[in-house]
Amino acid sequence: MPEQSFDAAGLTARVKEFVAAHDPAGMDRLEFLRARFDAGLAWIHYPAGLGGLGAPRTLQSLVDAEFAKAGAPDNNPMLIGIGLGMAAPTILRHGTDEQRQRFLRPLWTGEEVWCQLFSEPGAGSDLAALGTRAVRDGGDWVVSGQKVWTSIAHEARWAILVTRTDPSVPKHQGMTYFICDMTDPGVEVRPLRQFTGEAEFNEVFLTDVRIPDAHRLGDVGQGWTVAQTTLMNERVAIGGAALPREGGMIGLVSRLWRERTDVRTPGRHDALLRAWVSAEAARLARERLRQQLAAGQPGPEGSAQKLVFARLNQELSGLELELLGEDGLRYDDWTMRRPSGVDFLGRAPGYRYLRAKGNSIEGGTSEILRNIIAERVLGLPSEPRVDKDVAWKDLPR
Amino acid sequence: MTGLLYSDVENELRASLRGMLAQRSPWRHVLSWSESGQAMDASLWRTLAGEMGLAGMAIPEEYGGGGASLREAAVVLEELGRAVAPVPFLGSAVVATSALLACRDGELLTKLATGEAVGALAVPLGAGPLGAGAPAPVTVRAENGKLHGTVGLVADALVADVLLVPADDGLYAVDARAFGVRIERVVSLDPTRPLADLTFDSVPGRLIVAGDAAASAVGAARTAGAALLASEQLGVAEWCLESTVEYLKTRHQFGRPVGSFQALKHRLADVWVDVTQARAVARYAASCAATGDDDLPVAANLAQAFCSPVAVKAAEECVQLHGGIGFTWEHPAHLYLKRAKSSSLAFGTADRHRSALATLVDLPPAS
Repeated sequence: MPEQSFDAAGLTARVKEFVAAHDPAGMDRLEFLRARFDAGLAWIHYPAGLGGLGAPRTLQSLVDAEFAKAGAPDNNPMLIGIGLGMAAPTILRHGTDEQRQRFLRPLWTGEEVWCQLFSEPGAGSDLAALGTRAVRDGGDWVVSGQKVWTSIAHEARWAILVTRTDPSVPKHQGMTYFICDMTDPGVEVRPLRQFTGEAEFNEVFLTDVRIPDAHRLGDVGQGWTVAQTTLMNERVAIGGAALPREGGMIGLVSRLWRERTDVRTPGRHDALLRAWVSAEAARLARERLRQQLAAGQPGPEGSAQKLVFARLNQELSGLELELLGEDGLRYDDWTMRRPSGVDFLGRAPGYRYLRAKGNSIEGGTSEILRNIIAERVLGLPSEPRVDKDVAWKDLPR
Repeated sequence: MTGLLYSDVENELRASLRGMLAQRSPWRHVLSWSESGQAMDASLWRTLAGEMGLAGMAIPEEYGGGGASLREAAVVLEELGRAVAPVPFLGSAVVATSALLACRDGELLTKLATGEAVGALAVPLGAGPLGAGAPAPVTVRAENGKLHGTVGLVADALVADVLLVPADDGLYAVDARAFGVRIERVVSLDPTRPLADLTFDSVPGRLIVAGDAAASAVGAARTAGAALLASEQLGVAEWCLESTVEYLKTRHQFGRPVGSFQALKHRLADVWVDVTQARAVARYAASCAATGDDDLPVAANLAQAFCSPVAVKAAEECVQLHGGIGFTWEHPAHLYLKRAKSSSLAFGTADRHRSALATLVDLPPAS
């Protein structure tokens, strides 16, 4: 490797050099992405040899912008968000060298899509209560159980999976973490239709799925620790660019107010102004968090942002329907569909109102987030834990 | 986008100020001071203004000031808010100073810079709204250079050496001890920010600036005050949150710390979330005020529309979650509740700031 230079200028030069040698217009998309990975310009904070340079993460947005400027293809980040945001950091931290070599490159290039098999019908907020069983059988593990709320399971090649391997110990101790092959004949994916009419999510039924021990991530019984890495990374990423004023939902509602004089009433005006103030405060808080991360001072403020975002989206989408008056009685389409992403702003107001209800449930409910803030940020004592010293198999359910 | 973090210099300033205030102005001291009938903690002000040089921190060096900006002054206000310290920093070092800076009045700026003189803008503390070209009502008239009239509920006037008085034809500087000036203390909801009613009975004044320039200087001063008050409110909210968290960790009922009950935890988590938002809003306002950013009118109104209710909620939660002890005279919670609620009326209430925003960001009311 040449002498490392991790300032902005050095990285920009590297990208220019790379693009000069690999013309994005005259090259196969996948070949380009693989070459970018091999050059260490994929996720620059990853180690050399695994798509990175060991460079500061804060310079990533600069590298991405430089590639975009050169007309380089992207790796379809919408589709591989779970791989990039959750599976990859977990494999990097807890995986073996073989696992890192095997999985990270096709994950980043988007050749292999990943999903996450964590939540179960009986284990939502209390994820550690999960009961999908993995039993050792020679060099394999045999896994049976049911997972739920799995985004893009129907397009995924691999899954990160947490299982119960020892029911006789308290719930946090008896778990083991695996990489699961979604093409295994024992994996059945069924769409889970949500109350918007469409199915973004799936239920995944696992019946005697065979997983080689080589696909275990971390030690047997260490599944909870490994899962923490995954969950910690879930909300770390805050987008590169600053959001403009009235970006997002508040902009939609403000424009509606400006365009339609007939929808204006004093009560709605007050509601709109209150929401505008909260949305602008949230935007500034998000910007401040972005500056903290860029300065290498990450704080716990990220957990506040998810709570605020959920509340605002719900409030604003409700207000939007009220502003529309009788037009708010319409809905665009109840047809069962399988979208690969959430087109929140592109759909009708009724959809927004309904979809926003998920914002305070998905990725940790607002109530669980408040617990986390109270206990981990403010240091308040936890509720008495009645299940702490009870074997998982003896828990009431 | 402007920087919303704290600089190293600001962090150092905060640390030294917090240490000094903990020693010199603990809440018991503030409480007994408030019963003493004095108009400010003069010895504390001497330390802040003289020894630490904070009275003139936002005044350029050419006038003998510290050459810092309202950004750093905002950090001072966060700490003064945390301590509910009874000193005229907001009124003199921010509001009066901003009025004088707008008029480039070197003579008075030099006096304020050293802390030798305290200035107060003779406008009711609760006057609102701030907004595009909405001046405070003028209740003083000038006749042959002599001022006549009354102004009610003025902050920091009791300790002022110089009163900046908006009259019908301009902004005047008046010696607070001049014959014909009556400054009567009002019993205020917030004992830690004393207020006074002012009467001018044929009082000589020096015309600083006349006409529209006077209205714009007063507007600039009140906009800076509203923008910076948000930082004081942030400090108040932070103290309320932190002291309530500490209390809930140690107070036991039903055989467990009451802070382990989810019903209480969630309320504190919500206050913490509000404080994270308020910090970004207050920093933005201070930054806009420091640089005279075009967005300052929005930033200042946003700061009051958002941070006022946050401080009030934090103080009200502080009282409620402390239970009976928080309702007593001998516990500091009431000092913060009184400061928070009074401050939410200063420079106009949150709904007036929302109305001003409606004009500024083109969200007109129903006609």
